Amino acid sequence: MNELQAAFRYLNDPYNWTRTNGIFDLAAQHLRISVVAVAVAMVIGIPLGALLGHTGRGGGFTVALSNVSRAIPTLALLTVFAVTPIGFGPTATTIALALFALPPVLTNTYIGFRGVDRDVVEASRAMGMDERQVLVRAELPLATPLVMTGVRTAAVQVVATATLAALVAGGGLGRIITLGFRQQDYGAVLAGAILVAVLAVATELLLAGVSWLVTPGPKRLRVGRARTRTTDAGVVPVTP
Amino acid sequence: MLAADAAPNPWFDPSYVTANWDTILSYLGEHVRLTIAAVVLGALIALPLALLARRNRWLAGGVLGVSTLVYTIPSLAMFAFVAPVTGLTATTVLIGLVLYSLVILVRNFLAGLQSVPADVQEAARGMGYGPARLFWQVELPLALPSFMAGIRVATVSTVALVTVGVIVGHGGLGQLITGGFNANFYRAEIVTGAAGCVLLALVADLLLAGAERVLTPWAQRARA
Repeated sequence: MNELQAAFRYLNDPYNWTRTNGIFDLAAQHLRISVVAVAVAMVIGIPLGALLGHTGRGGGFTVALSNVSRAIPTLALLTVFAVTPIGFGPTATTIALALFALPPVLTNTYIGFRGVDRDVVEASRAMGMDERQVLVRAELPLATPLVMTGVRTAAVQVVATATLAALVAGGGLGRIITLGFRQQDYGAVLAGAILVAVLAVATELLLAGVSWLVTPGPKRLRVGRARTRTTDAGVVPVTP
Repeated sequence: MLAADAAPNPWFDPSYVTANWDTILSYLGEHVRLTIAAVVLGALIALPLALLARRNRWLAGGVLGVSTLVYTIPSLAMFAFVAPVTGLTATTVLIGLVLYSLVILVRNFLAGLQSVPADVQEAARGMGYGPARLFWQVELPLALPSFMAGIRVATVSTVALVTVGVIVGHGGLGQLITGGFNANFYRAEIVTGAAGCVLLALVADLLLAGAERVLTPWAQRARA
């Protein structure tokens, strides 16, 4: 296959990696935008989800939010923010990505905290813990696997969606793909696709490792289970 | 300051919609055709896969592992992988969409089939049901809620994903989104495309929910 050879030639050329707006530059942009977006989603989603799960309120809201978010095309949100006064650029992309990262983080955190055995909560209270201590010292460790599942789902989704920013003049590794299409250079298109796919799979594996490390108690490595969760509505994945 | 800020650039403009009604309809038509084809083809491939995977735990692990890997591949990369083979055609978009819907459906189909109680299967076999009759008359009705849940999720995600097809010029209503962006950030066109996608997903989901009610009359009776 000619295109595949061309793709490897593209990836083999050091100049394609090191030049301005080369693979290193674009990957750095891609990661910077993704990390900020996931961090914002975590800062908002984890405390909110923990609070909602702890009090047991807002379950319908979080489930509805994650359902509705699936219907909104990522491309639409990326474009809409780019034509507000924010203007197109990394800021608009980051805001759009953070919005898409929020539902998985929020929903999984909510389910994690909601699912903590009520007896454990009672016992912690009986041991003299106040509400804050119950939340942080009893519920948080038990909810950590699900919280991390949410973060991992969000991160993989953000890395994937950041690619689409290139469709609306944004940066990131998607640029290689869009530029390749514009120049009818399918070798570059394939090279970009390989880079983006590898980055997404690497993110999944890396965060599987991180969640294994931060989960207290008996450890179980759960690669791949992250992208789905079983609810009343069946097995529900997120948008690639 | 962008040139776009100087001229009036409303978020929504009814006159844009009326003036470009034919264009919008043809993009909507492509969007609907791609969605239906992707979900139907995905279901046709997913069902035998789920039936096979159910027989054997090793196979089930393989099917779920591969489907997770497919789902991790970003949509733009997926279309880029397919494009060198099928070029700038709607087929490129369709192949990518079928793969994604297949992944959602195979998981839900498998979950549905596994949720059929072993006692019920045993009883049906004891009553002399063959494998085909067992599937059609016992397993399918019991697994239907899970099947329909999968089809609804797959449909809604596919409607959203079609827009990424703009990369090969066949993104349905997504064409309006990037079209407006490239036409000096024309907001009315962008919002029409975006709102159209969300409305289409909503309508499709409602229709499927209605179909589920019609197909499972016993569920209503049980609830009442």
